[in-house]
Amino acid sequence: MSVDTPLRINAGLAAPAPGADRPVAPTEAARPEGRLATRNFHLFYGAHHALRNITLDVPTNSVTAIIGPSGCGKSTLLRAFNRMNDLIPGVRTRGEVRVSGENVLDPATDVVALRRRVGMVFQRPNPFPKSIFDNAAFGLRMLGLRNRLEVEARVEDSLQRAALWEEVKDRLGQPALRLSGGQQQRLCIARCLAVDPEVLLMDEPASALDPTATARIEELMLDLKTRYTIMIVTHNMQQAARVSDRTAFLLSGELVEADATKQLFTSPRVKLTEDYITGRFG
Amino acid sequence: MTSPARPEPGRARPAGGSGRRPPAPLENRGPSRARRLHDRGVIVLCHLAAAVVILPLALIVWHLLAKGLAGLSLDFFLHLPKPVGEPGGGVANAIVGTLVLIGLAALFAVPVGVGAGLYLAEYGDGRLGALVRYTADVFSGVPSIVVGVAAYGLVVVPMGRFSALAGGVALGLLMLPTIVRSTEEVVRLVPRSYREAALGLGAPRWRMIHSVVLPAASGAVITACLLALARAAGETAPLLFTALGSRFWTLALDQPIASLPVYIFDYARAPYEDWNRQAWTAALVLLLLVTLVSALVRVATRGIVRR
Repeated sequence: MSVDTPLRINAGLAAPAPGADRPVAPTEAARPEGRLATRNFHLFYGAHHALRNITLDVPTNSVTAIIGPSGCGKSTLLRAFNRMNDLIPGVRTRGEVRVSGENVLDPATDVVALRRRVGMVFQRPNPFPKSIFDNAAFGLRMLGLRNRLEVEARVEDSLQRAALWEEVKDRLGQPALRLSGGQQQRLCIARCLAVDPEVLLMDEPASALDPTATARIEELMLDLKTRYTIMIVTHNMQQAARVSDRTAFLLSGELVEADATKQLFTSPRVKLTEDYITGRFG
Repeated sequence: MTSPARPEPGRARPAGGSGRRPPAPLENRGPSRARRLHDRGVIVLCHLAAAVVILPLALIVWHLLAKGLAGLSLDFFLHLPKPVGEPGGGVANAIVGTLVLIGLAALFAVPVGVGAGLYLAEYGDGRLGALVRYTADVFSGVPSIVVGVAAYGLVVVPMGRFSALAGGVALGLLMLPTIVRSTEEVVRLVPRSYREAALGLGAPRWRMIHSVVLPAASGAVITACLLALARAAGETAPLLFTALGSRFWTLALDQPIASLPVYIFDYARAPYEDWNRQAWTAALVLLLLVTLVSALVRVATRGIVRR
């Protein structure tokens, strides 16, 4: 496949469209632009062209999985939506990354406000070395919430939503680092949910967890998508097949194919995708 | 079909059949004799090095106890120095003086030092950071007596007299580079994942530093400050030009003040055997004092340092 013809499987209607000759998949009739979207997005680490011409839409209230071999740019793409790549010196971008229709690469974007709307869960559970309660309340306190009762209510609510409340309700004062890995990861999810984001970005959220804990996180994602738009990076193709509604396949910084998960896994339209999901390389 | 950019992992190592014989099985083969000897030798060397480090410290403590313990009594803690020829007398004013001096020094050096260390770790990648870092490094190599002279010029000369304040400034200046560089080191050790988590939640940078990075590093920062404080507590040279010393009770910060190191210095070189003995005891007291202050600070900050 060629570098210069990105596949736009679900080109958005709302998107300003120069050039109406983009290929549109027959199964994926044109739909309104998703909660997250990129338009001809390029990203460079110094001289390294890490993401090439990515155009992608992520519909609201669904789970979208990004798959691809190590180093293909999955995490970089994910981190573009909350501008986490800003932390790395020498990163340059081109094109657009949109959250709720607004181009977040615009220098005028308030990154702090953006990150409150776009929560992120990392590969390794990273609770702060504070109590369980203080972890869940971190974002609330940052927003200036001082009312004890309100903070407590919101902490409980977010722990409920992260399916952790029953396990920790009697020991909220204990250090979060004493929880198991799976519990820590759910605490990190609760920490994000507490500030009521629109979007959850998950960067291989289960790769450091055992199968049971993984299953719980996956269950949780299916539950959470009714309320949030979720984008997940995963190495695990079974996981992508289990939890996601749509899947995007990335290879060497290019978006090879993006489609409904069922479609992509059963009858991929690109040979490279088929080779990857059947395990012929990667 | 394969992507041309990615070599197939299966092809990199041929499964066999290249004609080479498989190597002999490794079962029942422990490490070789040379390997074991080497292992033993390195372990012995490590223990030896540890002993060399501990030995001088143990000797000092032993020596202090042997020479100083006899003079240790409640009176020694509670009384002022007596004039030459009169037996007895104590270091009460010097103990208080040392506490005042290191208290003042910490008051100057800890906020500035921890602040500068945080700056270096979090924002110090630019040219100003490099300058601050270089200055701190050079400064930590400046002999303490020179620092004393500097404090003399900065405080004693404008004030027109020796004072506790000048002593505190001198000791604070001495502590500063140690605190700056150790704070920078330990703050850099705070895992990146904590920072990302805080920023990912929409924390502004200052908030991340204040609520996540500094608490996570607080234990190590306190240790760094205590080490600097302990060193400063034993400094004599810079005090000779600044706090001077005193044989009387003073708590006035604009007056000369007594301190244990200066007391030891004076008494150790005095031609009276009685005074020499008291110098040994005062040295023991200084050691105890530093240990005690460290322990107290640890207890007092236990609430802050939670893991």
